[in-house]
Amino acid sequence: MPQTPSRPEKGKTPSKTGLRSNQKQKAQLDRFIPARSGMNFDPATFSFLKENDQAQTADELLSPSKNAEYKNRLAEGLQLAENSSRILAFKKKAPPPPAGHENHIMGLYTNNHGPRPAKKSSRTLPTAPERVLDAPDLVDDYYLNLLDWGSNNSVAIALEAGVYLWNASSGGISTLMQCQEEDEYVTSVSWAADGKHIAVGTSSSIVQIWDADRCKQIRALKGHSARISSLSWNKTTLSSGGKDSLIIHHDVRVREHITAQLRGHALEVCGLKWSPNGQHLASGGNDNRLVVWELGGREPVHTLLGHQAAVKALAWCPFQSNLLASGGGTADRCIKFWNMHTGSLLNSVDTGSQVCALEWNRHEREILSSHGFSQNQLSLWKYPSMAKVGELTGHTARALHMSQSPDGTTVCTAAPDETLRFWNVFAEPAVATKKATSGGKSVLSSITLR
Amino acid sequence: MSFHGSLAQATRNTITLRGSAQLVTEFFGYAVSSILYQRGIYPPESFEQHKKYGLSVMISADHGLVQYMNGVLPQMAEWLQQGELQRLVLVITSQSTKQVLERWTFNIQTEQDALAGKRIEEKPEAAVSAEIQAIIRQITASVTFLPLLSDPCTFDLLVYTTKDSSVPKEWEDSDPRFITKAADVKLRSFTTKVHKVDALVSYRADEED
Repeated sequence: MPQTPSRPEKGKTPSKTGLRSNQKQKAQLDRFIPARSGMNFDPATFSFLKENDQAQTADELLSPSKNAEYKNRLAEGLQLAENSSRILAFKKKAPPPPAGHENHIMGLYTNNHGPRPAKKSSRTLPTAPERVLDAPDLVDDYYLNLLDWGSNNSVAIALEAGVYLWNASSGGISTLMQCQEEDEYVTSVSWAADGKHIAVGTSSSIVQIWDADRCKQIRALKGHSARISSLSWNKTTLSSGGKDSLIIHHDVRVREHITAQLRGHALEVCGLKWSPNGQHLASGGNDNRLVVWELGGREPVHTLLGHQAAVKALAWCPFQSNLLASGGGTADRCIKFWNMHTGSLLNSVDTGSQVCALEWNRHEREILSSHGFSQNQLSLWKYPSMAKVGELTGHTARALHMSQSPDGTTVCTAAPDETLRFWNVFAEPAVATKKATSGGKSVLSSITLR
Repeated sequence: MSFHGSLAQATRNTITLRGSAQLVTEFFGYAVSSILYQRGIYPPESFEQHKKYGLSVMISADHGLVQYMNGVLPQMAEWLQQGELQRLVLVITSQSTKQVLERWTFNIQTEQDALAGKRIEEKPEAAVSAEIQAIIRQITASVTFLPLLSDPCTFDLLVYTTKDSSVPKEWEDSDPRFITKAADVKLRSFTTKVHKVDALVSYRADEED
């Protein structure tokens, strides 16, 4: 090859220049070396050319004297080669940190973390109800469930012997039913998910199912021996809890409607809620027990004995399927959070007042509780910190019943001060400001609550 | 002071081999204690504040730890005096995974002239103290760049000695316990003109993100 050893330093590699002059840009192939691309030609040529010229220097490098010097310098560079020192450790080791010790600088790193507040943390809570309706003759009984806001945007309220429907869209009021017997009164109401049927429990221990559109009774379900205090739907199954401490599952489609009788309480079952996914039923009783049942199960999954008073307020968390909030009566005053999978108590907050009802905010991680003596207030709590966001006062008697609108923005409360109050408490901040700019008058004058 | 030998030295300008060995040993005691405190290996309430090097340095008052240090440091002084100590390494290991998370290295170079008993250059103790102060400050500041030790950790001291040094029976051979994929940060150094101490901290770099 004609190239000189100095050639490679010129930037172009010798082999390429050679090939290019011969074969131009054609594929670099010949019959001895079919594929050049996979080979490291440039360094190979370079060392090939170098070998002859610098044979002498290579010899020098390999000479024993040079080699020794090289070794010395290498050792110097590594300062302490492995074999020049001995690594020792004290046999008796230092004591480990005390059990449960957590690095105190963790605080420096974690305090600033936390979830980034997606929306602004402070929002204006309404100080007054958006609307107040009269609810004469509302029975002042803690163990009853007289209010339900159905998916058809119709509020069902039981006032002594009658059930009335107030259409939140149109503002129209209709009477659904009146009890026939003397001294008979309605003890519980519950809308089915379809918004067409409503279950009504009465003091005569009969559960009636009504067609709301036609105001016509469809069925009467017997089975209890005392008043029906609580009702909860799960698709076509209606569960009812009575003063006879029984919980009965009714399949409303079939003639022999009783599918199960659950015995887990010793006193009146005043709280009953199916979980949103329909897999678990939570029941609270006057015997201070909170019992969790599985779909199709006859025996309690968990019997939770944390409360010191009747458990009426129950609310399944909409964003965490295994989380249940429960509130206790006058002697207890606590809101407790339970993990339903393990039955463990997650948190307990003493509210200072009887907890009548609980509703989760579907838009934010908040829970609203309604209370009795002495403020009769509604308290809004952040979850899971349980920091109080605010209080809504207005009722002059304990806010016994609470239900939220199908869009999850407005909460309706009923109290024995014979009023039904609507609170725009769960409204998202953006929606709230929009309403404020459009003028409060229009909200009040217009019939729609949403 | 819990685990340091008495060091009642007046301000002098020449530091003897013996004095230097004690000075360096004392520094190791304070440095190790500082690292253990700053890195949160032991609960902060088990430490006491001491005025030293013109700083307040945190010294462990934990009984077990004091005992351990009292076992290690005198032998260290011995080796330093013989010029046999080459390196002291504080290894911080995760208690659960046994993985080495941090390695604090103190390289020691001993002036051969001093070992031979020749007179060496003079250096006031105050100057040495100022250099040590800078290192202790760097240890304190290291919290800002070292990754958080979220697991409970233990520590161990490794000592590099010459091959021919005599080893008491309380000591055993160990592997160097290097960190794979380490990032190194060189800290300051100080010299007593007899011993020169270079400090270096290595930490696992891959877990930073």
